[in-house]
Amino acid sequence: MIDSASEGIMDKGTEQESNSPEVGFALDDSKESPDEMEAVAINIDALSLWYSGVQAIENVSLQIPDSQVTALIGPSGCGKSTLLRCINRMNELIPGVTLEGQIKIHGENIYEKDVDPVAVRRNVGMVFQKPNPFPKSIYENVAFGARINGYKGNMDELVRSSLEQAALWDEVSDKLRESGLALSGGQQQRLCIARAIAVRPEVILMDEPCSALDPIATQRIEDLIRELRNTFTIVIVTHNMQQAARVSDKTAFMLAGEERIGRLVEFSPTQELFTNPSDSRTEDYITGRFG
Amino acid sequence: MSYESRPVSARYRQNLRNNLGGRLIGILLFLCASVTVVTTIGIVAILCIEGFSFFAEVSPIEFFTGTKWTPLFTSKGFGVLPLISGTLLIGLGAACVALPLGTLTAIYLSEYATPKIRSVLKPMVEVLSGIPTVVYGYFALTFVSPFIKEYLYPEAGPYMAISAIIVVGIMIVPIVASISDDALRAVPRELREAAYGVGSSRLEVTTRVAFPAALSGIIASYILAISRAIGETMAVTVAAGARPNLTANPLEAVQTMTAYIVSVSLGDTPHGTIEFKTIFAVGLTLFFMTLVMNVISSRITKRFREVYD
Ligand SMILES: Nc1ncnc2c1ncn2[C@@H]1O[C@H](COP(=O)(O)OP(=O)(O)OP(=O)(O)O)[C@@H](O)[C@H]1O
Ligand SMILES: [Mg+2]
Repeated sequence: MIDSASEGIMDKGTEQESNSPEVGFALDDSKESPDEMEAVAINIDALSLWYSGVQAIENVSLQIPDSQVTALIGPSGCGKSTLLRCINRMNELIPGVTLEGQIKIHGENIYEKDVDPVAVRRNVGMVFQKPNPFPKSIYENVAFGARINGYKGNMDELVRSSLEQAALWDEVSDKLRESGLALSGGQQQRLCIARAIAVRPEVILMDEPCSALDPIATQRIEDLIRELRNTFTIVIVTHNMQQAARVSDKTAFMLAGEERIGRLVEFSPTQELFTNPSDSRTEDYITGRFG
Repeated sequence: MSYESRPVSARYRQNLRNNLGGRLIGILLFLCASVTVVTTIGIVAILCIEGFSFFAEVSPIEFFTGTKWTPLFTSKGFGVLPLISGTLLIGLGAACVALPLGTLTAIYLSEYATPKIRSVLKPMVEVLSGIPTVVYGYFALTFVSPFIKEYLYPEAGPYMAISAIIVVGIMIVPIVASISDDALRAVPRELREAAYGVGSSRLEVTTRVAFPAALSGIIASYILAISRAIGETMAVTVAAGARPNLTANPLEAVQTMTAYIVSVSLGDTPHGTIEFKTIFAVGLTLFFMTLVMNVISSRITKRFREVYD
């Protein structure tokens, strides 16, 4: 079962490569092909990145499945955040970053010359390590993205449904006009998730979203992530292997060698990676022998 | 394993003596801090005493509503309005030049400029504020005013408010630009990334997140700049002339409150006369004007700023 799923992905990749030059985008393909076990949402292809000439990740290729949770694990400094931030072109905001390779989201290369990074980020939301609500009201926090993107519908509805989806509505419904900073850390993080959801992206990236939270708040976020995987493709970076095991469908393990350049070591269904890793370095890491 | 063998109570006693040193340092620092406070109180006290003795001779009503300021002439007029209008004309005019220019410069420096351009540009902007003000004054008198007279308004005299407004405006741009830039750059990167993360353009990040979060610092720079413009004496005296003039026309010559104070204190008006006391009355008025401005702006800041920490 699992094997055929991953084979499906492999087939997908090669198929795209074979006919991509003239056909271009495989968006419709992926939806149409019937015996596809998992549609690929994000196709990372031979990605390398340099910070001011210093290489941080090298030749990472990864097919992230649609409407599933993919976890990125690995020791500190192996380039998880760097890889994650490539998926919404966030790294471009850092001066001196150069990049090679490509990332296709539903077949469309987001690093194509004429692609607007602002539009990419609209479609690929992000939740950060430290909760970072705007110093505005709860309502304005959620409405922010929709407003700047020219949302024409009923804003109250959108705010409400986003907060409901983020499992925060019940706690804040009577204080929408109060500052988002007045919430607890866990509530702030769910507010940030609501803010990301409100833009209705296809993909949500999360960079250690629970690292600043207590166990109960963490559990609520994990529950939420499992909820959201029906609607969004989620990529989550985490230091916590139990968390990766609990929330994700597939897991990618990254590692930086002596030269401190991060590479992908293994990418498999989560259960397989944790019970029967194919690479000995993965095994060392998940059994706590290093990192 | 304990560090000392003395009983606990004795150790506390010992510490008391050490604390004496700490307390002395505290007192010393307090005295240093008091210098500014005492100076301020002294200035206000002198302004008040001399000002009140002026108002014992000249009615405040005449002072604040009269439209003729000729205290040094034989037909004396003690209406301060011409000086106030001159001051406001130069102060607000310079603000109109400096606030937009300075704010946009700050936004460019902090949000748009590459680190390289910034590292060249910011020191250059700041150098502007190191130029002696009298140089600005003569720049106005020998370049700006003749230019205006030649090409824009031939009927103007050699002195005109507008050229003072322009050079004072330029003079205070660095204050606005530099402090606002610092305020903008102090806005945490996380906030900007949050805004970029939901698909904001750079302009939206600037106007909707960075600017509101930095607002208190930006307003502070405005206050400082306007206070500086109102207090500016040299450049204004040189460029705008020394004629008290109740007008809002920037093409005429005007005199500001500070310019008047300087002209009297440097002149040969004998101390203790009513003519001399005018400078304290004018000073007191100026003091209240800036005070009111500070209060209003701190209200504005409280109302609109977004506290991010
Ligand atoms: N803005 C930056 N400028 C220069 N180097 C950077 C920058 N951000 C990250 N790096 C470097 O890139 C490498 C990968 O960093 P990254 O933050 O992606 O690691 P990570 O796997 O997310 O680590 P952690 O688990 O500690 O968050 C590190 O060696 C780091 O020093
Ligand atoms: Mg990281």
